[in-house]
Amino acid sequence: MLFTDSLFIFGLILLFFVYFLIPQKYRWMLLLGASIAFYAYSGVFNLIYIAVTALSTFLITRRMEKMAEAAKESVSAHKSEWSRDEKKAFKEHEKKKRRRWLALLLILNFGMLAVIKYGAFTMNNVNTIIGWFGNRGTLPVPDFLLPMGISFYLFQTMGYAIDVYREKYPCEKNFAKLALFVSFFPQLVQGPISRYDDLAKGLYAGNGFEAERVHLGVQRILWGYCKKVVLADRILPAVTLLISDPEQYQGMYALLGMLYYTLQLYADFTGGIDITIGIGQVLGIPIAENFQRPFFSKNITEYWRRWHITLGTWFKDYLFYPVSVAQPMLKLSKWSRDKLGKNIGKYLPVYVSTLAVWFVTGLWHGAAWNFIVWGMLNAVIILISERLTGLYGKFHAKCGWSNTRAYDGFMAIRTTLMMGCLRMFDCYRDVPLTFRMFGTMFTKWNVQIFWDGSLMKLNLSLADYGVLLTGVLVLFTASMIGRKGSVRKRILGRSRVLSCCMTVALVLIVLIFGAYGIGYDSSQFIYNQF
Amino acid sequence: MNEIRGTIIEILQDLHEDVDFENETRLIDDKILDSFDIVTLISELSNEFDVTIPADKIIPENFNSADALTKMITELEDE
Repeated sequence: MLFTDSLFIFGLILLFFVYFLIPQKYRWMLLLGASIAFYAYSGVFNLIYIAVTALSTFLITRRMEKMAEAAKESVSAHKSEWSRDEKKAFKEHEKKKRRRWLALLLILNFGMLAVIKYGAFTMNNVNTIIGWFGNRGTLPVPDFLLPMGISFYLFQTMGYAIDVYREKYPCEKNFAKLALFVSFFPQLVQGPISRYDDLAKGLYAGNGFEAERVHLGVQRILWGYCKKVVLADRILPAVTLLISDPEQYQGMYALLGMLYYTLQLYADFTGGIDITIGIGQVLGIPIAENFQRPFFSKNITEYWRRWHITLGTWFKDYLFYPVSVAQPMLKLSKWSRDKLGKNIGKYLPVYVSTLAVWFVTGLWHGAAWNFIVWGMLNAVIILISERLTGLYGKFHAKCGWSNTRAYDGFMAIRTTLMMGCLRMFDCYRDVPLTFRMFGTMFTKWNVQIFWDGSLMKLNLSLADYGVLLTGVLVLFTASMIGRKGSVRKRILGRSRVLSCCMTVALVLIVLIFGAYGIGYDSSQFIYNQF
Repeated sequence: MNEIRGTIIEILQDLHEDVDFENETRLIDDKILDSFDIVTLISELSNEFDVTIPADKIIPENFNSADALTKMITELEDE
């Protein structure tokens, strides 16, 4: 089910009414029921995967917590008898036992993801390698349907399990409550990947009706719908056309495709997240922000701190740091200090971990070489900029104009274009074609397409361009104003009437300027496919 | 304790020579140290003090100041 389905919208409105009408203590149960219904609608069999994740996590986190409590009791009981070394050895031994349970949980769940999401990709590559050796036989390629949002709910749940293992907070004792944390429906489509200690409290509290909060939440939902149906879905036919025929659409067409896709992806993903956060706001459930004006970033490292924030912090906390401080990595660092010099030894763990994390980030986005190359290119650019930080510092110290707003703007545009070029790997069917299409932007100067009427033959009319251009200007202005705090809150603070007018205007914009028409079928959210 | 603190400040200064690590108490909160710095710092601290800093110790409270880092290293050495 999509956020744009009429059934979803009616169901959501009904849920809002019922949620505030029933007693507070039953509200989280209603959310669980709604989440199960929402997920079941995408395919009843998908419920099996999410149930396995919820149940295995519930049982194993409970087990780990009981083991940790028993270990503490033992240490306390033998406080006077055991030496410090004995206590240390006992704690280490107990932690190792808990780690085995955690490993079992991670292997079960990530293994399930690996088979479903990467089984076909792996077997296709194995078959290619078999083919290189002249063997005509091929191994069977599995064909699983990817359960909706599996990469999101699974990462969120495994993050919770790791935190319980680390004793960051106690585990959830009520299975139904944990099942709600795993399956909370607004997050199933495309995240964000929330943390248990951020989300759970609001999820189970059953907060009451607060007119201002609900109003702001509704505005956020409408703002998300505006981005999705007015901008993302409007530009989608042009993007589809431009990438569908690489032989015809080269040079400046490839540049246009890159720019159009940048807008589509931004409007689609941030729009979906706005809807999710807005639903949470109406229900009184704070949900983590996933974006912070990413296209204002001055470099790619900053961009990744502002784009898909919850995925980035997940990888940082649960992969980058553990890999970086793991014993083999420290041994590698020590070895390289001795053999290759202090400087290399110091930075080697960072570089190896960065490459590992970006390899996995690429894979997370999709089971294809395009995504792996995309991830590795991100890593290479981030590492190069890291090495050049000192040089940049000297440049900024020397050139006074590099501290001006104009230069900041230049860097933001440069980062946006660089990210757009990297995103071309999302669009084209394979890696060589993507590189070729990127190359045509510099070798094929068909600039006449900008004035000879070709732009009107890209499934976009003059009115469409008008709507898109206005939309981009509105997005840009809202982002600029939003740097000093929420625009909606400030309008509401200034005048309730103005705020109500804005809500009505947003409804009208969605209805009038949404990309509807005969045979209209709103497109799937792009990140839902990950 | 003072010796540990002095060594930690030297390591930190090597990462960012322009930061007042003696008095700064919001190294993570104010994003003075990023994730690259933290990993480099951990690698240096592990090498210098022969301690293992597990991933669950990588929280802002342990890395926000030279004092917090000193406390963490002292505790790890005592464990």
